[in-house]
Amino acid sequence: MAQWKRICTLDEIPRLGARVVERGAPPNIALFRTADDQVFALLDQCPHKQGPLSQGLVTDTHVTCPLHGWRISLVDGQAQGADAGCAATVPVQLEDGWISLESSHESH
Amino acid sequence: MTAHPPLNSLQPRPIAERTRPKLVVVGNGMAGVRTLEELLKLAPDKYDITVFGAEPHPNYNRILLSPVLAGEMTLKEIILNDVDWYENHDIKLNTSSRITRIDRVLRQVFSADGRVEKYDRLLLATGSTPFILPIPGHDLPGVLSYRDIADTDAMIEAASRYHHAVVIGGGLLGLEAANGLRQRGMTVTVVHVMPWLMERQLDRPAAELLKKSLEDRGLQFKLGCETSELMRGEDGRVCALRFKDGSTLATELVVMSVGIRPNTALAESAGLFCHRGIVVNDTLQTFDPRIYAVGECVSHRGIAYGLVAPLFEQAKVAANHLAEYGIACYKGSVTSTKLKVTGIDLFSAGQFMGADDSEDIVLSDPAAGVYKKLVLKDDQLVGAVLYGDTADSAWYMQLLKDAQKVTELRPHLLFGQHHLGDSGHKGETQASSLPDHAEICGCNGVCKGTIIKTIKERGLFTLEEVRQHTKASSSCGSCTGLVEQLLASTVGGAYQPADGLHKALCPCTDHTHEEVRKAIREEHLLTIPQIMTFLVWKTPNGCATCRPALNYYLISSWPHEARDDPQSRFINERAHANIQKDGSFSVVPRLWGGLATPAELRAIADAAEKYAVPTLKITGGQRIDLLGVKKKDLPRMWADLAKSGLVSGHAYGKSLRTVKTCVGSEHCRFGTQRSMALGVRLEKMLFGMWTPHKVKLAVSGCPRNCAESGIKDVGIIGVDSGYEIYVAGNGGIKTVVAQFLCKVASDDEVLEVVGAFLQLYREQARYLDRTVHWVERAGLDFVKQQVVEDLEQRQTLYERLLFALQGTEDPWTEIAANPSHLQEFEVMSL
Repeated sequence: MAQWKRICTLDEIPRLGARVVERGAPPNIALFRTADDQVFALLDQCPHKQGPLSQGLVTDTHVTCPLHGWRISLVDGQAQGADAGCAATVPVQLEDGWISLESSHESH
Repeated sequence: MTAHPPLNSLQPRPIAERTRPKLVVVGNGMAGVRTLEELLKLAPDKYDITVFGAEPHPNYNRILLSPVLAGEMTLKEIILNDVDWYENHDIKLNTSSRITRIDRVLRQVFSADGRVEKYDRLLLATGSTPFILPIPGHDLPGVLSYRDIADTDAMIEAASRYHHAVVIGGGLLGLEAANGLRQRGMTVTVVHVMPWLMERQLDRPAAELLKKSLEDRGLQFKLGCETSELMRGEDGRVCALRFKDGSTLATELVVMSVGIRPNTALAESAGLFCHRGIVVNDTLQTFDPRIYAVGECVSHRGIAYGLVAPLFEQAKVAANHLAEYGIACYKGSVTSTKLKVTGIDLFSAGQFMGADDSEDIVLSDPAAGVYKKLVLKDDQLVGAVLYGDTADSAWYMQLLKDAQKVTELRPHLLFGQHHLGDSGHKGETQASSLPDHAEICGCNGVCKGTIIKTIKERGLFTLEEVRQHTKASSSCGSCTGLVEQLLASTVGGAYQPADGLHKALCPCTDHTHEEVRKAIREEHLLTIPQIMTFLVWKTPNGCATCRPALNYYLISSWPHEARDDPQSRFINERAHANIQKDGSFSVVPRLWGGLATPAELRAIADAAEKYAVPTLKITGGQRIDLLGVKKKDLPRMWADLAKSGLVSGHAYGKSLRTVKTCVGSEHCRFGTQRSMALGVRLEKMLFGMWTPHKVKLAVSGCPRNCAESGIKDVGIIGVDSGYEIYVAGNGGIKTVVAQFLCKVASDDEVLEVVGAFLQLYREQARYLDRTVHWVERAGLDFVKQQVVEDLEQRQTLYERLLFALQGTEDPWTEIAANPSHLQEFEVMSL
């Protein structure tokens, strides 16, 4: 059974922004908040050259990697356009304004 | 498990389908199907679509028939839309089904194989038919035309059985056919009625070079020869040509390639107005409002186009109207020609022959196989012929289409855009001469073979598509000319460079940079959502291209009013440091004019030790870079540095970077001016200035120019009587020498002129234009007029800059001192 752990409140991530959550070992987890307050989580590395997606520009339900501009879907981690690759998605919950991650996390 | 499962793409179809209007497309070629592709982008579910094609194939890339004939590609490789594509888009495809009649009253089409289809909208894309010389013997076995897959197959088959071929027609297609047959082992003679080859695209000198090169490949030519008869052999096949002068030429195969005619038979039989094509208006509508027409069958403003690029432009407009958007307008195309014979680079566009009221600039070097002719009229480029070196064809095409004044470019116009020090591809300018393994894009390591293969396999037509699929030319862009050359030589006339003047800001909008800025100014828009609502953005919150641009346009148009949006800034400008490949950051404190005190150096050394900075590096801009800093350490490091008075160097921003100075008359025995003092003054004035792209300055104390003022956005050179000011230089990807703007006597005047110049750049350049790109477009004359001659305007610009810069704070100190700003740098843990 998954153990959910509260990480922060929705307000602690800027709209169209992201925050970094450190785990025991790298890579970190990137938490994203969209303009309409949906929350997504990905492992914080681009499938291209492991750029930190948390530092990218968020648009709609995508993030653009800051290193070489790959556009990654927040929904399924898939690279968009002509690029091929997939960032790992991470289960995330938003309940009563609180964002939670699984405490015994495995990447998907 | 994922919290947000992938969207289910197999949603049930809407019930509205049954009542959708019916769109019937007659012609399953590149123009018709491209129109459907454009339509599906705009209104995917609007129509119930049926396509009729006379050929048995799905839509294929007709342009690549020549490589198929030459044995360089297979038929399968040139399919653009396979049968699955039609199915996936719910389009009913009828192949081998020729439409023979349109009933415009009942709104039905009838096919030769007995099908009847009703339509609400009809799109005619019937293409063209080869013109067959009406001479005796034109219908003999062994006489072919060159138009479609069936013709190509027939030629390939003939090449395997016969040895001698004649191609009648020395135009583009005829030469490609001749080359293909030669590649397949036939001896080929090209018979042409005109005195030189490709007379509709080339002048005589270029055509002579082409002929020589084709002769070297084994082709033979009979020019100025008119065929009067095709003679029948004993086996019933064609056996020879007879010319007007009575002479004959034996052959086993004749390919007629003497031009095409718009295929208007169907339209005419339906009573649609045709005149050398189906006549359409600027929305591609025929005289029957329910019927649209695109492609080679169309006559628009009296012109029927036979190249693919215009057809694609038409497709876009027709789709816009079929989707009932009703805003697109087709005004005709400027076309260019490329010969797709591997190893031959040839380009022509516009009025290449010249006339009494035009001037020619010519470079002719037959021994090297290079010929270039540019035709100018009223200070504008109106035509060009390039042979042997076509690296700049895209640039010339751009100048032609934009009707740009070329006064200032004229001295080096003929030598092209690439001749000034582009780096990264060994100065190569001729893609055709390079082997397949040659690296074209030095940034992404993409070689020629990969680019060509991708263009062919994926059916690419634009530079943007090649960038997406190969990454070539997508980083620094210095190899763009070579990539465009490869694209053009692979797809020929289908390639058309983008329209630079009317380029949409990004795919989220059809508006140009200039239109967006105008709206921000005139409507007093203050936030990104306001802009997106007012200009009807197509995406909910833009993309990584438009958001930073909009943010810049807002804060530069309405300083102190529009609020900066950190989420619309690239990470470097949000974190006020430069992101590195491992996700760490680099920190560059400002050293005004490249000067430092012992205390400042000590503070930098202390910070480097305290935060375990792995690398310290002296930059090209006379500063010190601390590389490998963790993001969460940034605010504390800044606070430490601030104690010694060190502030942000903005080495990360589209903003003022460095003001490089030489020692100047303070110490130097040659110095004529106090360059260090002036440099520091300029840097202090411009501190914190946001600009469309980075801005670098330099001040040299004498013409020895040790600060390298000649390759800076603004370069100042002290002379005994004052200062010379140079602008729009560049030392990066593209080395460009700065141009002389004016000479002034005092430091104060330098500040005013430089301030006015940079404010004009801030107000007029497109986001991500360096000064060099902007001045190239705006023209130095205009800049001089605004900044040098019109003193009142200079003063106003200068004041606007000073107003915008009022109260600028150091972002480092501000963030370090303000807990609410620290969230960006804080890391949470699981």
